Amino acid sequence: MDNYTDISTELCGMKLLNPTVLASGILGVSGSSLANVARNGAGAVTTKSIGIEQRKGHPGPVIITYDQGMVNAVGLSTSGIKESLAEIEYAKKHAGVPIIASVFASTVKEFGIVAKEISRSNPDLIEVNISCPNVEAEFGRPFGTDPKISADVTKIVKKNTRIPVIVKLSPNVGSIAQIAKAVVKAGADGITAINTAGPGMVISIETARPILSNKAGGVSGPAIKPIAVRCVYDIYAALKEMKKEDKIPIIGTGGVTYGNDAVEMFMAGASAVGIGTGVYIRGIDVFRKVSYEVKEFMGKENYGSIASMRGIAHD
Amino acid sequence: MTEQPKIHSIKRVIDEAKDARTFVFYGQLDSSPGQFVNVWIPGVDEKPYSISYQDDEKFAITCFAVGNFSKSFNGMKEGDKIGIRGPYGTRFTTSGIRNAVLVGGGCGTAPLAFLANELRKRKVNVDFIMGARSNEFLMYHERMVSAGVNVHIATDDGSAGFKGFSTELLDRLLAGKAKDADMIYACGPEIMMKKVIDIADRHGRRCELSLERYMKCGFGICGQCCVDNLGIRVCKEGPVMGKEIVKHIFEFNKYKRDSSGKKVPFYGSCN
Repeated sequence: MDNYTDISTELCGMKLLNPTVLASGILGVSGSSLANVARNGAGAVTTKSIGIEQRKGHPGPVIITYDQGMVNAVGLSTSGIKESLAEIEYAKKHAGVPIIASVFASTVKEFGIVAKEISRSNPDLIEVNISCPNVEAEFGRPFGTDPKISADVTKIVKKNTRIPVIVKLSPNVGSIAQIAKAVVKAGADGITAINTAGPGMVISIETARPILSNKAGGVSGPAIKPIAVRCVYDIYAALKEMKKEDKIPIIGTGGVTYGNDAVEMFMAGASAVGIGTGVYIRGIDVFRKVSYEVKEFMGKENYGSIASMRGIAHD
Repeated sequence: MTEQPKIHSIKRVIDEAKDARTFVFYGQLDSSPGQFVNVWIPGVDEKPYSISYQDDEKFAITCFAVGNFSKSFNGMKEGDKIGIRGPYGTRFTTSGIRNAVLVGGGCGTAPLAFLANELRKRKVNVDFIMGARSNEFLMYHERMVSAGVNVHIATDDGSAGFKGFSTELLDRLLAGKAKDADMIYACGPEIMMKKVIDIADRHGRRCELSLERYMKCGFGICGQCCVDNLGIRVCKEGPVMGKEIVKHIFEFNKYKRDSSGKKVPFYGSCN
């Protein structure tokens, strides 16, 4: 294996030393945790989604696993914007890798406010979470299920910040390509695909009750990888149609656990890969492991860069 | 392995002390002293609890009624069902120890009681300093005495044992009767554990502590229990940590985060 294989990649003009990104919702509550994940090899890290007002989230259980992955309904707990600014500032100072601030809001207008506020901490990228499936009772259907509202959210976020904006999409839609086109036309600088699938449910048969307090929760992990790969493939095809594939990066997220999973994502059209459930499966140093495995594959198959693999599964 | 609660029915309820009950379950948990489980009460919530007893056929959890969850836990009866997942987290060192001193404050005595039993099985000399507000909050006294543990009691009001801090007893013991102690274990309020660390340093002894932070998943994913500035996870790299690590935890004895992730100071402000 060639140790000098270059596995760096680029997201909206930002260089990542390796293509692994900590996905939102995992180990992203505090700046010091984000820095710890960076020390374990992540090429970039994403905060847990941040909202304006403090929220406790759902009562427990909020995260459980099953034999093919994880089901979670944390319920968008957040310390609120003021505390979160301090966490991002800490991460900016100490993580040594790009910081992606994930934000959510309950109305289109509020997305503008949270984008403006979060920009004060100067994150490297803003990820707009329009696809959380776990707060439907409170927030209604996720914005990410409607192309028009997805575009409106993107526009208002873009209007309120100079920081590059990536939009995180839901797989739980008829056509993810249509949503992707809508947000790109509205000015999105990148796309993260996908958020959790489903939602799913696990029932405790001895108590005859759903285990999660929210009853249903987003499904992640190896089980959803084929869905995520297909979504990234569809989005890349849509970007090609728009002749935007060179300008708009995709963070391929969903079930990436091993280097080969990441390579699949690149070939489908991703520039980087998000990892979340993989932390549970392989430990917190999953980022270092996946990077090593990607490098090993590239050396063996003579790929000189991540970019040279991007989208090559397309005709 | 699948992180889902296994349903257990409560076999016995022991009134341990004022506001404290021990719930006994049959089955092998395969945990080690210091580890914890997440307890699910369907329709209520799920919270982490340390194991206070374990043998070949049963294990126990002690619950103090402080908040909503613990009050509904403490209201449960024999035959009631709860969900348990785990065990999770790191364990106290039990091998290579000959003379141990345990310092427990309040509900922090629970994991140490399990530890004391394990150490006694290994023929370790155990001095157990139990700190409580008053006599009525003391736990496990008879159980510890019958296991051959030297019990030392400190209460805030002097209603039992020494009137004053458990850490004062620790200092005296290390200078006298327990001068051969090769390990100090502590669990309790952080202000107490901070003093334990100082005393252990002064006497040049090894020391392990068990920390508590708000936890959601228990298996190293959610990030709720990560501590500043190391960013390590109390559910995974802890709850039991050596004093050399704890000394580097900036927020120790200063603040912790709540379920929203907001910092909550132990006393006064976060800095």
